[in-house]
This record gives sequence, C-alpha cells and structure tokens, in this order.
Amino acid sequence: MFQNFDFDVIRRSIGYLFVEGMTFTLTLTGLATLGGVILGTLLALMRLSSLPILPRIAATYVNLMRSLPLVLVIFWFYFLVPYLGQWITGAERPIQVGAFASSLITFTLFEAAYFSEIMRAGIQSIPRGQVSAGYALGLTYPQVMGYIVLPQAFRNMLPVLLTQTIILFQDTSLVYVLSITDFLGAASKVAQRDGRLVEMYLFAALVYFAISYAASLLVKLLQARTAIVR
Amino acid sequence: MKFRNGMNYNWNWGIFWEPSPEGVGTYLDMLLSGLRWTLATALCAWLIALVFGSAVGVMRTLPGRAAQVVGNAYVEFFRDIPLLVQLFLWFFVLPELLPPSWGIWMKQMPNAPFWTAVVGIGLYMSARVAEQVRAGVNALSKAQGMAGTALGLTTAQVYRYVLLPMAFRIILPPLTSEFLNTIKNTSVALTIGLLELTARARSMQEFSFQVFEAFTAATLLYLVINVVVVTAMRFLETKVAVPGYIAGK
Repeated sequence: MFQNFDFDVIRRSIGYLFVEGMTFTLTLTGLATLGGVILGTLLALMRLSSLPILPRIAATYVNLMRSLPLVLVIFWFYFLVPYLGQWITGAERPIQVGAFASSLITFTLFEAAYFSEIMRAGIQSIPRGQVSAGYALGLTYPQVMGYIVLPQAFRNMLPVLLTQTIILFQDTSLVYVLSITDFLGAASKVAQRDGRLVEMYLFAALVYFAISYAASLLVKLLQARTAIVR
Repeated sequence: MKFRNGMNYNWNWGIFWEPSPEGVGTYLDMLLSGLRWTLATALCAWLIALVFGSAVGVMRTLPGRAAQVVGNAYVEFFRDIPLLVQLFLWFFVLPELLPPSWGIWMKQMPNAPFWTAVVGIGLYMSARVAEQVRAGVNALSKAQGMAGTALGLTTAQVYRYVLLPMAFRIILPPLTSEFLNTIKNTSVALTIGLLELTARARSMQEFSFQVFEAFTAATLLYLVINVVVVTAMRFLETKVAVPGYIAGK
C-alpha cells in the first residue's frame, strides 16, 4: 500500500510548508483571536447593556454571522473589503487589499460573533451583587467592567476561549478557497506540482491533528488547574 | 443603493431573471439548484452523523474501558483535523490507498463529490453528535439505569427504553445547532466540486460579475433555512417535552 510513496517530497518541501505556510496560519490564528476576543467582548457588553438599540444591533450582528457558512463569509469580505476601504478612505477606486489583510479582517469579524457568545456567558456568570457593590463604591461603568467583571469573566471562560481558538486554527484552512498560501495551501501547491497528493494531504492531516490534539490536552490541563482554585 | 464618491459598482437586481450561461434556466434557477444540493447533502450527512454519533456516544458511556478508549480515539480523530483536510483525505487520498479496482470505482462513481461530502461531513459531525449524546446520557441520574436493570432489562434494553429516549430529549437544543452546523459545513464541499449554494453563488459572480447580488441571494437563502430549521425544532421540542422535565409543562 505504501510502496509507491515518496516521503522525500515532504522533506524537500518542509521549509516552504512551515516557513511560509504555517507562519501564515499561526499569525492569522493569533491576530484573529486577539481581534476577535476584543471585538467579541465589546459585542457582549453591547448586548448586555441597558441602553436602547445597542443590544439589538449586537444580537443581529452575532446571529447573522452565526447563520452563515464561513466559506460564504470569506467570499463576501474578499470582494467587499476593497469597496469598504474605498468608502472609508474616500479613494477614487476600490482599494487593493492583500491576501493576509483580507483574511485577517474576515476571521476577526466572523469569530468575534462566536467569542462574543462565550464572553456573554462569562459576564452573566458573575453575580449581580458584585456589580451593585462596585457602583455602591462609586466606581463608574468602565471601572466596574474593567476591574471587577471582565477579569473574572475572562478567567472563567479561558478554557472555552482557547477551545474556540483551536477551532479558529482549523478554520483558517478555509482560506484555501482564495488560493492563499497558508499551511494547507502550501501543502496543496506542492501536491499539485509534484503530483504527490496522497503524501502531502496525509502529512497536512497529521500536522493539524498533532497541533490541535496537543492544544486540546493543554486546555484540559488548564481546566483542571483552574477548577482546583475555585 | 448608491455609495458616495461614485463607487464603480453597477447594481443589477434583474440579473436573477437573466438566462444563466449553462443554457437552461435563469441565474435564480442556478442558485435554487445549489440550494437543493445543499439540503440533500446536509440531510444525508445528518443521517450518518446521528447513526454513528449515537453509537459512539453510547459507547463512551459504557462501563467497559476498551469501549471508552475506542470512542475517545474516534472523537479526537474527527475533531482535530480540519473538515477541509478530511474531505481531501476522502476524495483524493482514500482511492489511492485502496486496491486499484476499488480506487477506480470510487473515482468513476457518478456524483462522487456528493457522496464524498455526505460521508466526510457525516462522520465529521458524528464526533460532535457523540459528544452531545454522551453528555445527555451522563446528565441523567444513575438511578434511572439501575432501576431499569433491577426490572430485569438488559443493557441494550436500558439504553433503548430508558436512557436514550430521555437523553435525546435533553440534547435536542444542542442537536439543533449541530444540524445547522451540518448545513453550513456543506459549503466546504465546494472545494471538491460539489455544486451547492455557495459554489453556485460564486459561479454566478464569475459569469455575471454581479458579486453582491449573488452573495446577498445566497445569504438570504441560508437565513431562510436557519429560520425554518429553528422553528421546526422548537415545535419538535414542545411536542416531545416530558412533563415535569426541562421544557415540559
């Protein structure tokens, strides 16, 4: 079954796969997580605020994003971002946006919807009395949120946030539909060039599995540790 | 709709009624055919996900150590590899690893992208269904199973008549979102050539250059599917609710 295999193709392309492909994948994962958590937290705060309209806007955004397939959203932003850029900067024609910037905007905006649901659950897990106590001490809304509610919410939800990051890491492989050279894109390009689909896709699967599995074990460990403290 | 600064995009909502370059039907027909493939793929994949997911989920609640190890390995395998890569494994890699005659049969099978997507997405989702089924069974009090055993039921009967009917009712809401995920995940199969809704919107954009009309239509169709599924499942939830339990009255 493996007699026709050419495992050397992996060794020959390993630099390209990791230096170019995996760097793209990991940078995109990291930055989109950061942006997604920040925007998601803002969305969660909007959704839980007592002001008019704001909860509505946040809920509509989150529900819309969560109803659509990521592939469709990737296409949407790929074509929309140049026009949005033109609209924001007031340029003459649609702005050229690079593959990385386009992917980063897409994943940040898309994953923010998922992160916001996690942060909403985290904020709601904090007893209301703590918020009241904060106000009674004369703290303002940003202070109550920044010093009391969000640090605890973030800490409680850390395992779930990290699990969502692993999902995000796997989701970044979908930039394949834009022919971008992420890890899978790099593997796919070598596979097509050398006619070695079997070896390259098996190797790609192995690498994704190893990283995701190791990360999920770490999350479990972290969960066990934070559980003891409480 | 008009952007300021004279954005050079020409809106043409009449495009849906213009004939598609395929020769038969309009662009709207093209999108609707994509919608039918999306639904057919999602329903068939969901069937596989439910059958395999229930079996593995039950396995992970059995007392035997071997069953748990196999169940855990199954879930980890399907959860830790991106769906896109899994579809590539089924579509490009598996036919090469099988005996040549089988591989040729797989490659020449009519509607190969459809069947690959059904199996690939079905098994991928089955790992998630297994997690839910396990959670549902574990959420029941241990006494229910023991009471069944005390009545003289076999383990299979305890699951069939006591544990699973309750467990499935408990996990109905999360199963709804897993079904919605299955529908959304069918769009990944455009990479192996399945002509589902997103793929059709994409080709409409390539043929007609009306990007935003095409994607708006696809977006609306996905939203309609969501609303229909959520409404139907709410109805089912109230229908099967157990009095005195969860959603029961």
